[in-house]
Amino acid sequence: MTALDKIEVKEGVDQDTVDAVTALSGNYKYGWETEIEMDYAPKGVNPDIVRLISSKNEEPAWMTEWRLQALTRWEQMTEPTWAMVSYPKIDFQDIYYYARPKSMAVKPKSLDDVDPKLLATYAKLGIPLKEQAILAGVEGAEDMPAEGRKVAVDAVFDSVSVGTTFQAELKKAGVIFCSISEAIREHPELVKKYLGSVVPQSDNYYATLNSAVFSDGSFVYIPPGVRCPMELSTYFRINAENTGQFERTLIIADKGSYVSYLEGCTAPKRDVAQLHAAVVEIIIEEDAEVKYSTVQNWYPGDENGKGGIYNFVTKRADCRGDRAKVMWTQVETGSAVTWKYPSCILRGDDSQGEFYSIAIANNMQQADTGTKMVHLGKNTKSRIVSKGISAGKAQNTYRGLVSMHPRAKNSRNYTQCDSLLIGDQCGAHTVPYIEVKNNSSRVEHEATTSKVDDDQLFYCRSRGMDEEEAVALVVNGFCKEVLQALPMEFAMEAQALVAISLEGSVG
Amino acid sequence: MLEINNLHAELESDAEVTILKGLTLSIKPGEVHAIMGPNGSGKSTLSYVLSGKDGYSVTAGSAMLEGVDLLEMEPEERAAAGLFLAFQYPVEIPGVGNMTFLRTAVNAQRKARGEEELSAGDFLKEVRATAKDLQIDADMLKRPVNVGFSGGEKKRNEILQMAMLEPKMCILDETDSGLDVDAMKLVADGVNALRSENRSFLVITHYQRLLDHIKPDFVHILADGKIIKSGGPELALQVENNGYADLLAGAA
Repeated sequence: MTALDKIEVKEGVDQDTVDAVTALSGNYKYGWETEIEMDYAPKGVNPDIVRLISSKNEEPAWMTEWRLQALTRWEQMTEPTWAMVSYPKIDFQDIYYYARPKSMAVKPKSLDDVDPKLLATYAKLGIPLKEQAILAGVEGAEDMPAEGRKVAVDAVFDSVSVGTTFQAELKKAGVIFCSISEAIREHPELVKKYLGSVVPQSDNYYATLNSAVFSDGSFVYIPPGVRCPMELSTYFRINAENTGQFERTLIIADKGSYVSYLEGCTAPKRDVAQLHAAVVEIIIEEDAEVKYSTVQNWYPGDENGKGGIYNFVTKRADCRGDRAKVMWTQVETGSAVTWKYPSCILRGDDSQGEFYSIAIANNMQQADTGTKMVHLGKNTKSRIVSKGISAGKAQNTYRGLVSMHPRAKNSRNYTQCDSLLIGDQCGAHTVPYIEVKNNSSRVEHEATTSKVDDDQLFYCRSRGMDEEEAVALVVNGFCKEVLQALPMEFAMEAQALVAISLEGSVG
Repeated sequence: MLEINNLHAELESDAEVTILKGLTLSIKPGEVHAIMGPNGSGKSTLSYVLSGKDGYSVTAGSAMLEGVDLLEMEPEERAAAGLFLAFQYPVEIPGVGNMTFLRTAVNAQRKARGEEELSAGDFLKEVRATAKDLQIDADMLKRPVNVGFSGGEKKRNEILQMAMLEPKMCILDETDSGLDVDAMKLVADGVNALRSENRSFLVITHYQRLLDHIKPDFVHILADGKIIKSGGPELALQVENNGYADLLAGAA
């Protein structure tokens, strides 16, 4: 147990907040391990390993080629060092890139055929792979109408997807929801068209590595005009030792469609750090909308910084069509080191990107996270609300880019970043980058108030709060609303987060 | 307590529109004054100008609270000085717990006055006791400020804030609007409980019925931005029986 009980608490930090942080990061509940026989590819990464992964997934030749190209590029790249994180050098040849439960050697025909040990693993995580209306462990869920509370789950265990629920029902609506390996086999035209189109092969060191060795992940296609009839989600579980997880998610929301997608992730407690390098690509066509929520709860390592997951992830959404909308919501409580910037390319005119993040770092955790809002189209809007909370000896960095291109006339951004330090040995850092290349766009900083409703501000001020206090209160409230809107299936944590206030926040 | 002298105010967005045209009013400590008037007479503008809402400019006249110039102050300074406005339309603030809001407000004012902040425990005790009198249950205290509150709940919530902030000068802007008789009685009881020799009230209302429950010492009739007639409670009854037409005609 990583104890927060002993933690130094500075004066002026709200007790509810300390309690919530304690509850969230004090005791890692998912640190147990599933004993199951595994098949491993040999350690290390090279063309043979890439071919092996490709052949395990029964991929067509073009996919193998694509991977090999990526590997060639990756071999010429160097690990980025600009993030405010430090960790021992990773020996990329000392990692297993492919680990599959033996029982998955023959693909289960249905969920009934899946190894009971795997089913039990997910059941224990509160994600039973049954087609039931609601997931277990959700407070108050039984009071909700069953209709509309269905959640389809794709369960990824180490390197493979073990099953996807509700596929048949989704298919009736025209929605494709399956593992990416299945999509490569069954829907090559879609994968070929979109894979790498948002996060190019050579985007960055980890994304390029992922392009070479990704073993599985989720694939979503929502056809034109379809509102996905249920929430979609992927649950990532790392179980095997010394194994990296490299999953790839591809979501395509065709014209006028809508989908809400949630991912959750956990791993056992181990003394040796493990690498998780994922890529998520989202394509949003005209008038379509995607909500992507993450509850990241990888094993954070112990209180001395031993073990934990290195979470080096590239996530990007491309609002390709006019009026396309994307909303990223992330609750980050796990991982030893986080390097992650879910971003929005606002290409279509009037497209919108939103990013809401709460990152809690405790003990020796390090998080360098934020977003990029790239405004390319006219009248594009983006909003960034980020809260970083640090305790113990943790370091929490917000890094964000807002870029207004010459054609992005009349575009707007609103950014608010707050950090809270609990205790005096932790750190919080804010690294904003702003580029504005036209004179009709507006980038608003946290101190400005024009995005906050004037009536709400006046109401607060008439009760005695000064302007700054009033803005903070209203924006925090807004942020809590966003959290409360998170699909709660994976996220008991998120409910606790609602108790967090940033009283005593350092700006 | 409150001295308003020859107050003129217009809309900032449209200087053509003068709403207050020389309003004069003097309220002594412990007094309850009612301002009545037809729609558009400037009642709500008066409450906004006094509490410092943006969008109005004062072109002449003054408003002093215990000898201090209100109009020079920011809204939050006016609040800390002891002014309180119970809103006609209380504002919803999603995601902000009612209790958090109250505590932030109470402590902001205490800080502004150089007083020590109230501890969480003391605050809780006080809020619970006050809420009980106003039949505000624990659930309402936890819910986001005014979000999903019924009309009556919103107005009771205003009175709860008033009770917790302990202002010297309370302005009630059409607090009776949207209330049924029972809700109005509850609100009025809340207000009456706060009446004291050191606290004054300005009750703005369209109808006389609220004044059955909150008995005013003085009643003023506001029309076209000026007080056209002042008197005792009987004036309110006159409005009740004959409407505003007679009074307006008399003034013209």
